[in-house]
Amino acid sequence: MIAVDERGYYGEFGGAYIPEMLYPNIEELRQRYLEIMQEETFQKEFHRLLRDYVGRPSPLYLAERLSEHYNTNIYLKREDLNHTGAHKINNTIGQILLAKRLGKKRIIAETGAGQHGVATATVCALMGMPCVVYMGAVDIKRQAPNVSRMRMLGAEVRPAESGSRTLKDATNEAIRDWINNPVDTHYIIGSAVGPHPYPDMVARFQSVISEEMQWQLEEHTGSAKPNAVIACVGGGSNAAGAYFHYLNEPDVRLIAVEAAGKGVHSGESAATSILGTKGIIHGSRTLLMQTKDGQIVEPYSLSAGLDYPGIGPMHAHLIASGRAEAISITDEDALKAAYFLSKKEGIIPALETSHAFAALDVMEYNSSDVIVICLSGRGDKDLETFINHFDDYQNGAL
Amino acid sequence: MSRLQQLFARKPKDILNVYFTAGYPALHDTGKVIRALDDAGVDLIEVGMPYSDPLADGPTIQESGQQAIQNGMTLPLLFEQIAEVRQHTDIPLVLMGYFNPVMQYGEQRFFDRCAEVGIDGLILPDLPIYEYENFYQEGIEKAGLDISFLITPQTSDERIRQIDALSTGFVYMVSNSAITGAKSGISEEQIAYFERIRSMELESPRLIGFGISSHETFRTACQYANGAIIGSAYIRALGKGQPVDEATHQFVQQILKTPIPQD
Repeated sequence: MIAVDERGYYGEFGGAYIPEMLYPNIEELRQRYLEIMQEETFQKEFHRLLRDYVGRPSPLYLAERLSEHYNTNIYLKREDLNHTGAHKINNTIGQILLAKRLGKKRIIAETGAGQHGVATATVCALMGMPCVVYMGAVDIKRQAPNVSRMRMLGAEVRPAESGSRTLKDATNEAIRDWINNPVDTHYIIGSAVGPHPYPDMVARFQSVISEEMQWQLEEHTGSAKPNAVIACVGGGSNAAGAYFHYLNEPDVRLIAVEAAGKGVHSGESAATSILGTKGIIHGSRTLLMQTKDGQIVEPYSLSAGLDYPGIGPMHAHLIASGRAEAISITDEDALKAAYFLSKKEGIIPALETSHAFAALDVMEYNSSDVIVICLSGRGDKDLETFINHFDDYQNGAL
Repeated sequence: MSRLQQLFARKPKDILNVYFTAGYPALHDTGKVIRALDDAGVDLIEVGMPYSDPLADGPTIQESGQQAIQNGMTLPLLFEQIAEVRQHTDIPLVLMGYFNPVMQYGEQRFFDRCAEVGIDGLILPDLPIYEYENFYQEGIEKAGLDISFLITPQTSDERIRQIDALSTGFVYMVSNSAITGAKSGISEEQIAYFERIRSMELESPRLIGFGISSHETFRTACQYANGAIIGSAYIRALGKGQPVDEATHQFVQQILKTPIPQD
């Protein structure tokens, strides 16, 4: 049985390795998250907002031309059609409702590429709550449109100037803010990472993805179970949601696609399951990329959403125990997959999601298989990257 | 009795505990800093293990850690430095640092090596008591190291009792809800917290840290606990480019404002 225990462990991974200053907040969450999430009024409000505001259920689409090309049956779970363009909003809606029930008055978040920051700023606008988003100073420069979006939505974007000034440092700064503001503030973590109960809480809010997949597949194919679910994994929130209701269905293959960057062993990679070792990052015991001295290193991927040096503890457990298969995909192969999907199906995927599509070229499957790919986000935010590499793609130089 | 326990038995009040980051300002300053602090009349030294992602620390300690890592500081080197300086001083030495480098070194190997080079105790701020009891208490006890846990103004009485029972060194009272070096001066609210903890009559000695940076704040803290811990303010003093000896003596003099005790 794959499930988190009451202390937040999935096998040997998870837990809450936090300074004592955070203990009251984390303990309050640990004791109350399940009870609050199970309240009828909470469920009603959550599902009403998912339906009317986010636009759920997101379609499950049989990609016929893609299926024909790969000679199998490929369904796309269209999280890209959600409000704000990705799966991230499923979690921010859930967490802001939870924050309100905990009596919190102020929201903080971290963001890398800006997608989770935008999703958090959006729900804060929706609920009229003040919002501070920490973003690495380097990322602020790289992702200017999302910074403007967050500001337009009323959030304050604070640059993280410490360390390598990217996502991991933005997360550190958000945690420091929470230490300084322990009473009135809730921290909306954007991925299935962090101290317990965050990985489980985020997975549960994202589990609406596989909950819908079950009945949608039943309608399409007569069975709620596919042969495989493919999702990209940075921290792992869309994967956690896409796997959730299949975790204990061993005949459903779970495929976790990581970013190999310029190649797993190129020195510029984010393939945590291969390059990572056991350790602690952001309060969670998991696999992470670090030096032999235990200093956390900066990973690399062309996609800003996959360059996190760790991986959620559930995924560490799924991969270490063999329940999930890890595949790593380079920048180049992800770009090719994005151009290919765009032409084949008329869908421009996010660069993160493109890694999941590239997995089709390397994994084994049968022609009778039913494969679901979690199409976690749309590619609008990556247009500049796609434009920059398009000529190379057309010339065959990619 | 361990060196830490001997200290608290010999000196139940006005303990000055100073934190510094190993390998800062220069890689081989670790031993020099320890000897200077000892000479200047400090009672207890916390040796910070530099870390890339120190969640509970403010900019001063973060930057000193970054500098130390850039200088080439590692745990194996730190252990060599400690083993060397241990030949010259009997001052209690506590290692303070985040748990990830400890895991990477190998937990039990780390505990054993600490004991071997003459470290007396540990402060591991992101190792909570649940994980300590379930995974590491036995190994730390076997190595003969003391351990000290943190409490904050938000820690419940029940949890303070648990932390007190598990701490074999001292209880580290975080003075306010903040990261290190966040503010100076002590508010009435903080005094109320210090009094509340004092009235609990804990078994362990109490040292107050975070925001202690001057003679005044040190004296105030000492009225409510067995002593106090200074970190960021000393790191700033070390970072000004003066020779370590001079900077340390001046700094400790400013804090104590009493003649240096002569042995």
